[in-house]
Parts: sequence; C-alpha cells; structure tokens
Amino acid sequence: MSPRLADVEVGHELPTQTFRVTRADLIRYAGASGDFNVIHWNQRIATEVGLPDVIAHGMLTMALAARVVTDWLEDPAALVEYGVRFTRPVVVPDDDAGALLQVSAKVTALAEDGTAQIAVTASCEGATVLGRAQAVVRLA
Amino acid sequence: MALNPDCVGRTYAPAGSYLVGREKVRLFALAIGVESPIFRDLEAARASGYADLVAPPTLAVILALQSSRVVVRDPELGLDYSRVVHGEQRFAYARPIVAGDELVVTTSIESIRTAAGNDMITTRGDIASLDGEPVVTTWSLLVARGAEADA
Repeated sequence: MSPRLADVEVGHELPTQTFRVTRADLIRYAGASGDFNVIHWNQRIATEVGLPDVIAHGMLTMALAARVVTDWLEDPAALVEYGVRFTRPVVVPDDDAGALLQVSAKVTALAEDGTAQIAVTASCEGATVLGRAQAVVRLA
Repeated sequence: MALNPDCVGRTYAPAGSYLVGREKVRLFALAIGVESPIFRDLEAARASGYADLVAPPTLAVILALQSSRVVVRDPELGLDYSRVVHGEQRFAYARPIVAGDELVVTTSIESIRTAAGNDMITTRGDIASLDGEPVVTTWSLLVARGAEADA
C-alpha cells in the first residue's frame, strides 16, 4: 500500500536501505545511462586526475538514494521533485566488497496542497556524499 | 577562462528526439536495482494504469546529459569541458516517463556565476513529448574548476 498523507507526520522516517556498489555496478550503470566517463571505470585515469580510485557516477548515487523514496511511495507518479548536490565521491575499490552506501530519509514538512518534503541522507564510510538531497512527494 | 555572461538566457532548440525503449527501461531498472514490477513487467505496469513500462525517475538523466552536452559544446560560452564536474542535479516531474515516449529537450542557460575561482553554470532542460506536453524539467549545475584551483 502506498503511504497516505493522513498516516504521515513530520519526522516520519522512511525505511533505511544499504546498497553495495561494485565495479560491475558502475559498468552496468555506464551502459544504462550512457555516461562513459573514464573516471568511473579506469583506475589509471582516475588516479592520474587526482582521485583516490575509480569513483561511482554521482547520478548512480542519486538514483540509489532515490530508491529509498520510490520504494516507499510504490507509485512513481507520486514523486514531484528530486534534487541533490554532489558533495563527496563514492570511491569504489576493485574488489568484491565494493562500497557501501547507506541511505536514510525522513519527512521534514507537510504542505496544504498534499505534498510532503523529504530530506534524504546518503553516506559512505560514515561521510555524507550528497548534500541538500530532497524530494517532494504527493500523497493521497 | 571566464565564461561569457552574455550566454545567460540563451535557449537551444531540441537536437532531435529521444525514443524511450522498453528494453532501455528494463536495463536502467536493472542497473539501479529497483525491484517494483512496474519498471520491469509489462502486465504489472498496465495493471497499474500505465501504457507501458514505467521508467525509474532518474532515467531522465539520459536527457539531462544530452541537454547539458548541447550547452558545453557552444563555442561562444567558452567552457573547458575537461575541467567540468557535475555539482548539482534536480528534476521536477509532471508525470513519469514511460516506454514508448518520444521526447525532446529544449535547453537554456539559467545562470552563470563565479565563486572561489570556479565557474558555475546552471542549465535547464524542458523535456516534453513531441506534441508539447511537459514531462520533466531538469536542472544541472556544472562546475568548471579554475586553473588556479590546481595549484
């Protein structure tokens, strides 16, 4: 069941999720999104330009963080707005463990037009990787 | 290296259309791991009232990337793409994108500013169907690192 406006209050926390991101995930996302920037798959180039290692696409981090909201909503038509600031890269080592992205979200405001504002927090190894990550959703 | 401030307000007509394929939607859903069947299963999408598979909301990035490419290639803007990083991204949805949509993006430059030696440009892409129905609006903040930032 999709969440209903009447059942949600400010401070309501959405189910937290943890996503594992491996090099294979970056390759898959590059193909799906068409973003083939080499820093997302080539360690040699990534370190040459001053990065610690290959980093995840910011848009992949944004997409995974969105899942916490859209999995809760069920109907994607309820998502009105979603935006993030890319503040810190998610470094993805060349191993099977990859990087772990932890995402939580909570309702920060309810508007009279039936929309709710949700603040999303995404972190990797204890440091936040997205800033001002916010969604606006319309609940029935 | 400063960007040309006269480019603020400049608008770029769509450079062709983008047809959202059903298998592209499945591939994108797989890549970000969304599990709801409306992104993967045609019957489930139709049972939920959609004409075809529903695209995960951030699939709009494909059109956002197309849109910002149009801007960075404008020679009059003076943007050095090798120094550009994606600073912010925002989407506003009129409705979900579904497989079979044929979409066009009209791009504009909303703002250009400089902070701490970096040039920042906000581009806006208005994504619409071929008959002009608004679908998604996308804003991208591109940051061109200043040469002195390397020192």
